Amino acid sequence: MALKTEEMILNMGPQHPSTHGVLRLELELEGEIIIGAKPHIGYLHRCFEKHCEAMTYPQVTPYTDRMDYLASMYNEFGYALAVEKLLGIQVPERVEYIRVIMGEFQRIASHLVAIGTYGLDIGAMTPFLYCFRDRERILSLFEQTCGARLLYNYIWVGGLSHDLHPDFINQAKDFIKYFRPKIKELNDLLTNNKIFIDRTANVGILPLDLAINYGISGPNLRASGFKWDIRKDDPYSVYNKFDFEIPIGNGTMGTVGDCWDRYYIRVLEMEESLKIIEQALEQIPEGDVTSAIPKRIKPAVGQVYSRVENPRGELGYFVMSDGSVNPFRVKVKGPSFVHLGIMNELLKGYMIADVIAILGSIDIVLGEVDR
Amino acid sequence: MIYDFFLKITGSNILASIIQSLLPLFIFILPFALFAVWLERKVSAHMQDRLGPMRVGKHGWLQTVADILKLIQKEDIVPNDADKPLFNIAPILVFVGSYAVFAAIPFSGAFIGSNIDLGIIFIIAASGFVVAGILMAGWASNNKYSLLGAMRSAAQIISYEIPTVLVVLTIIMITGTTNLATLSEMQTGHFWNWMIFGGPNFGIAKFIFIPFMIINFIIIYISTLAEVNRTPFDIPEAESELVSGYHTEYSGMKFAMFFLAEYANMFAVSAIVTALFFGGYQSPIGYLGNLFGAHWLIPIEQFIWFTAKGIFFVFVQMWLRWTLPRLRVDQLMAACWKYLIPIAFVNLIIIGLITVL
Repeated sequence: MALKTEEMILNMGPQHPSTHGVLRLELELEGEIIIGAKPHIGYLHRCFEKHCEAMTYPQVTPYTDRMDYLASMYNEFGYALAVEKLLGIQVPERVEYIRVIMGEFQRIASHLVAIGTYGLDIGAMTPFLYCFRDRERILSLFEQTCGARLLYNYIWVGGLSHDLHPDFINQAKDFIKYFRPKIKELNDLLTNNKIFIDRTANVGILPLDLAINYGISGPNLRASGFKWDIRKDDPYSVYNKFDFEIPIGNGTMGTVGDCWDRYYIRVLEMEESLKIIEQALEQIPEGDVTSAIPKRIKPAVGQVYSRVENPRGELGYFVMSDGSVNPFRVKVKGPSFVHLGIMNELLKGYMIADVIAILGSIDIVLGEVDR
Repeated sequence: MIYDFFLKITGSNILASIIQSLLPLFIFILPFALFAVWLERKVSAHMQDRLGPMRVGKHGWLQTVADILKLIQKEDIVPNDADKPLFNIAPILVFVGSYAVFAAIPFSGAFIGSNIDLGIIFIIAASGFVVAGILMAGWASNNKYSLLGAMRSAAQIISYEIPTVLVVLTIIMITGTTNLATLSEMQTGHFWNWMIFGGPNFGIAKFIFIPFMIINFIIIYISTLAEVNRTPFDIPEAESELVSGYHTEYSGMKFAMFFLAEYANMFAVSAIVTALFFGGYQSPIGYLGNLFGAHWLIPIEQFIWFTAKGIFFVFVQMWLRWTLPRLRVDQLMAACWKYLIPIAFVNLIIIGLITVL
């Protein structure tokens, strides 16, 4: 007599140590092998887009902070660019430079969290604390500049809330000098660790055509081997003045587009960000950062789509104006939401332990998925 | 020895046995577990640029005592759909498994719970007992994560017992004894008489043994790591995947039992490695007791040497835990069946040949 067998449904989350927030994954298991995965989202939904319609344009800025809370600077950056495009105003050169410096620092901080928590997911706890130790230095730089450590409300439409503090440039240079050897330390401790490579190489392979079909962007797309970075391919702000590389995944340890590639792209990008910051600190002009801030923002009827390269990928803002002080519609195209959509394709056929490795390598922030 | 001493004081067989069997629990396992938890937190903290517990006592040395007090006061929660008898027995069974191991561990010439001739075989059998408790806990919790953790744990512990036993067999072949006290006595003198350096008095064979003994040591150390579920083999309780595996649903003192058992086990396997390869309770440099003619000092010195060696290997386990990531469950099995067992077999055959010739 044949035994009756059935698949086990395992609920991973919403309270689980490794879902990076409140994500619920419904996994269909055959033993420990996954045959289906269904992400359930919405636990953090805060009606961001609807809420914007009742706010004036400057009042929306703090709300953008709270979407991708690991990359707040970049969310504000994108929103400010979109509204400035709608208004048709030009901001002083100094503002552009400070925005780029802050944005790149934010990229490093965000990648440090991604790398650190990824190590934690794989079981290495020490790199996590090392990454947070280094991120702490970036956060204190931010804190000294604008008073906040996580949600800054720093980049305003038309300018910035504060100028850099007098010692900022020295401290930023110190950080760069301090941080370069730390990347090497991280590579010794985690990147080239045999067990880490065993766990991540050839796992969660994302082929390029699938990535493009699903609209994947940012480090995840580049890890699949496609050189696409909005900072280079559709330059905004002053990014065309800097010299930097776009690292792409080449399957050093396994196949192109595996978890190890997605992880290592972020390590390489931190170095590129350091290069950009270094150049920006050299070139930064003098000027008034608040001079171009409009007293009353009331754009003419119209609509605009503007996109930036957020640490996680393409962050697009669609802003529509009906001529009043409140935006008629703000629509966000966020990278984490798009990337989460591919989970079902990526997870099939792997084991439970790989779910964590794959989910961590995609690097989603649930605050931005749900908005 | 110890038993005779208590027999003289109490004058009763039963009382003496009870006292003797409780002795390792109170003078060793509990204090050691408290110390080891504190040590683990301090070691991890200093490896990670932190301070660790600092508030309770100097450098937080009373922190674990405070933790245990808290755990005792906690409400004992049994999930509604749990299989209650099994759920309640499981932590006790796990603890008994690791406690029983201590009966045959030779702490010193005078202090060995039960000097049975099949010491090492008994230890392996008793530690295998833990699997039953873990499976029970996983099944009775009625939690899918617990079940997965328990299944992984059972597979892992049973698989890794094979290379352990193969290594133990080679030692038995060389020395011809399974009594751990005798084994320790054989490795007396200086550290070049330890089994890892080929054991005592083998002439030319001693030097041929050394490389194989080192391989043996590495195999048994890796497989004991897996048997006590430590990183990089902490897959059954893999925090980031299975929350905490088979003891997810446990709280209060029952959780503390699992915790205690884990740390007791850490020492037990280190003690096995010490007894087999690193001279057991023998001092590597001679005894103060001999120097001053105070022979009563020797067992105490031996006890200190044995615990020091054991704690050193416990420290190495912690060191590994805070450095290495975790293997995946299939990679873990592959490491055992594809590498450790064949190597251990070849080692067994070669050492057998050398011994015969």
